[in-house]
Amino acid sequence: MTNPFAARLRRNAPAWPPDAGPAANLAGFAVKRMHAVAASFRKRGEPAGRSGLAALAFVLVGAASLPVAAAPIPLIQTNGPIALEQARLMRDALLLMAIVVLPVFVLAGTFVWRYRRSRQATYRPDWSFSLPLELAIWGIPTCIVIALGFLVWTRTHSLDPYAQAGPGSVLEVQAIATDWKWVFLYPGLGVATVNELVVPADRPFRIALTSDTVMNAFFIPGLGGQIFAMAGMRTQINLRATSPAEMWGRNMQFSGNGFYGQEFRVRVVGAQGFDAWRQHARAAGGQLTRAAYGALVKQQATAPVTTYARFDPGLFDEVIAKYRTEPHR
Amino acid sequence: MWGRLSADALPVYSIVAAAAAGIAVLGVLAVIVLLTVTHRWTWLWREWLTSLNHRRIGIMYVIVALVMLLRAFIEALLIRVQQAIAYDSGGFLPTEHFAQLFTTHGSIMIFFVLMPFLTGMINVVLPLQIGARDLAFPWLNAIGLWLTTAGAALVMTSLVLGRFSTGGWSGYPNYTGAIVSPGVGPDYWIWALTLAGIGSTVAGINFIATIWKLRAPGMTLMRMPLFCWTALCTSLLIVFAFPALTVATSLLWLDRTFGFHFFTQTDGGNMMQFVNLFWLWGHPEVYILILPAFGAFSEVIATFSQKKVFGYASLVFATMAIGVLSFTVWLHHFFTMGASPNVNAFFGIMTMVIAVPTGVKVYDWLFTLYRGRLRFDTPMLYAIGFLVTFVIGGVTGVLLAIPPVDYTVHNSVFLIAHFHNMLIPGSLFGMFAAFNFWFPKAVGFRLDDAWGRRGFWFWLTGFYAAFMPLYLLGMMGMSRRLERYSHPGWQPWLVLAAFGVVLIAAGVVCQVIQLYVSWRDREALRDATGDPWDGRALEWSVASPPPEWNFAVRPRVRSRDAFHESKVEGLAYPDPGRDAYRDIFVPRNSGLAVAIGWAAYVLAFAAVWRIGWLAALGLAASVLLVIWRSFQTGTTERIPAQTLYDYDRGRREALMRLVPGGEIMHGAAASGARP
Ligand code: HEM
Ligand SMILES: [Cu+2]
Repeated sequence: MTNPFAARLRRNAPAWPPDAGPAANLAGFAVKRMHAVAASFRKRGEPAGRSGLAALAFVLVGAASLPVAAAPIPLIQTNGPIALEQARLMRDALLLMAIVVLPVFVLAGTFVWRYRRSRQATYRPDWSFSLPLELAIWGIPTCIVIALGFLVWTRTHSLDPYAQAGPGSVLEVQAIATDWKWVFLYPGLGVATVNELVVPADRPFRIALTSDTVMNAFFIPGLGGQIFAMAGMRTQINLRATSPAEMWGRNMQFSGNGFYGQEFRVRVVGAQGFDAWRQHARAAGGQLTRAAYGALVKQQATAPVTTYARFDPGLFDEVIAKYRTEPHR
Repeated sequence: MWGRLSADALPVYSIVAAAAAGIAVLGVLAVIVLLTVTHRWTWLWREWLTSLNHRRIGIMYVIVALVMLLRAFIEALLIRVQQAIAYDSGGFLPTEHFAQLFTTHGSIMIFFVLMPFLTGMINVVLPLQIGARDLAFPWLNAIGLWLTTAGAALVMTSLVLGRFSTGGWSGYPNYTGAIVSPGVGPDYWIWALTLAGIGSTVAGINFIATIWKLRAPGMTLMRMPLFCWTALCTSLLIVFAFPALTVATSLLWLDRTFGFHFFTQTDGGNMMQFVNLFWLWGHPEVYILILPAFGAFSEVIATFSQKKVFGYASLVFATMAIGVLSFTVWLHHFFTMGASPNVNAFFGIMTMVIAVPTGVKVYDWLFTLYRGRLRFDTPMLYAIGFLVTFVIGGVTGVLLAIPPVDYTVHNSVFLIAHFHNMLIPGSLFGMFAAFNFWFPKAVGFRLDDAWGRRGFWFWLTGFYAAFMPLYLLGMMGMSRRLERYSHPGWQPWLVLAAFGVVLIAAGVVCQVIQLYVSWRDREALRDATGDPWDGRALEWSVASPPPEWNFAVRPRVRSRDAFHESKVEGLAYPDPGRDAYRDIFVPRNSGLAVAIGWAAYVLAFAAVWRIGWLAALGLAASVLLVIWRSFQTGTTERIPAQTLYDYDRGRREALMRLVPGGEIMHGAAASGARP
């Protein structure tokens, strides 16, 4: 019942952001016990009396695994200029909003305290209008929204996922979402992978996206952005990673039974490492022919990381074209 | 003969699903047995099911909402427990069942909990507040109720026969298309939404007509209680927005059933059109859900601060501004589609503009507290809890409105946290406040306050524990709708979230106990004066529960807070004199609306299972019943002036006895009722 995918992810430690894996074992016994109970549940005809144990285990896990909760937050501990800018934007917007929001807490607390009935404070039952106050409560939020609007306008343009992510020669990648794995094609390099995206650090890359199944959403926490991948359509996302790291990405748009496992590994490597990887991929052999691709898609399952020395050129466009049929007459 | 229906439809694929089906069937059987044993069938039919009275219909709406709330809440509990244990394991729910659960939870909460709840509250309160005898179209009102109920019944049926959709409450094709989801699930979803949607649309039309035409003399628009304003705005939104949803689901049904190509992947279909239509309804919908709650909070905060609401005109203007703007922002639900930065920035800014009137409202409520005399009964607690918690949701909403920020948290549990942060403290707490506030008016006795307060504290703390961790998890990259995961760092937070839901469950238990205790002690809690809170609007001037005609002589309104002002002037219960009384007509009961609802249910059920003849039968029955109604005469009943006069005189005399000195002044009635 375990997720093969998860096992794979953990094997590749040190992961990025650094996983708190070992700490989870603090929960050791409890986790195992709980999983056993849960599994028996799934198998139907669960023997009675187990649910008490499950509840106990549940509480144990809660208490014992608290240290793990200090897990990294990719949205804040970013590894790329786009993600960094997005995080800063979030922070700036929060600070701006604090101007109107903090007073709400203060005023609510103060008023509830001061004007509770038992305190018999000043009572003005007919007071219901004050021009200065009205001007302030319309005016101040308006100013803040204008400031935020300015942020929105400029940053939406500067962080446009369709714009190249900084200087340098762009690495082109094509990604096809399938059930329930990602196929990555590197048209410039001629190699292809499944469920692994390898990119050089500090160089912009562009991922053209499409889907060979229902709508998917492509997202790498810590690198930034998220864009839909849709059948018969081509979208794109431009990203850039700062330094070498092991990261992960996934589909964020529910797509069926295998959705939970639709994660892929992201390896950011140095320029030399990237060359080495390409040569390694070239040498490793394996061809993603149309037929091989077709078979892979048909499987409707998650898949282990695979590397292909070649792929049939034009595969990406063919996948798009497949859905651009005209209505029958 | 039976279309796709066969023995395979039984839910044997998961013990949890089988148990749920068992509980549903047993529940229905239990109700049937109970009614039979206590010989209550005739009573039920005569007094309730066929009634066209706005108060009774409102109560029935609320009952539907509460029953469905129980189911959707249990589903949330299951989802939370699953995610708490599903680190690197399958948890206890089969994958597909998990997907059904988040779909039914979301769809039910929106269509069969909040919608009927707010429609029910408006039904009970609106006519009383504007001094009307009923809604403009009582029979249409019953149709709305029975269509909504038919939709709810269809969702309940899906527990027992077949499986519900797994495509989420938003049901995006092509996942919900015929190729990927060939089963009955999406059809259940489509038809449940369609029935509920039509029900809501007719209710909206009815409310608008009522407010426009049936206000008491002197009740200008700017003298209306704020709850009426929000009811008006919500109804306008319903009427303009719901057709988009009905069209979207109907087209999807055509795609699925007859091979059309509106939203298919191939042959020129475009699923983004569905997404557009869906959110064209979907964004106004969130305001539909929240505005009546805003209205209720306005009434509650003013009443329990014992003072006028601050900035009435501002609140009205802000409400209407929100209503208009809500149609200009739908694209923020799919910033990640890959639209140009101009488009995204435009919709991002429009979304933030809505934050202004919303913020204004919050401040208006705060200043209503200022220099008041605050009483913390259950409704007021919900209002204060709302004020403080809601702004957190507002802040995260503005964050989501910034396209580059949205890219990083879209579809994550951050989004889940955000909208629960709006809908639970906003909408649901608003309905709980309204429920506690107006319960005595609708039913005749107050709800037990101690259990109400306990329920509130569990809900509030449970809410924080259940949803604050999700903001963090969203920032850790956790997707929504995840059945299991491989990131150990997520688990402790998910366990905390599950603990939060346990707290909420304690709150639900308190609320059930509250209902029981209040019913048991109903004599002690009886609202003899009709004005248990020292109320401000006209609904408190009539008896609790009000007579079938509400107002024998319609009140003349000279100011805002009409009843409060008349109490101050000592004219709260005027004697208009025998000559002011005229015969009035109230609608006779009609079983036709019930029949139409069930005919619609049959049609929907047959369409789901593709049983052609049965669908034709259901369709024909609904149409013929409507035609039949148009030939009916004698649909109203005359109530003679003398009866009305006697009733009013009796009530005035009773009030005199209740209040020492025989004089009814400001607050006197209230203190008379509260020991
Ligand atoms: C009563 C407490 C509630 C709890 C504990 C709760 C919990 C949850 C959970 C755990 C999910 C699934 C999150 C995920 O996809 O990972 C969810 C989804 C959802 N909830 Fe709630 N919820 C509650 C109340 C409500 C209310 C009042 C609404 C009102 C409309 C609501 C609407 C939704 C919707 C629309 C979804 C999304 C379903 C989907 O993914 O399609 N919930 N909720
Ligand atoms: Cu929206």
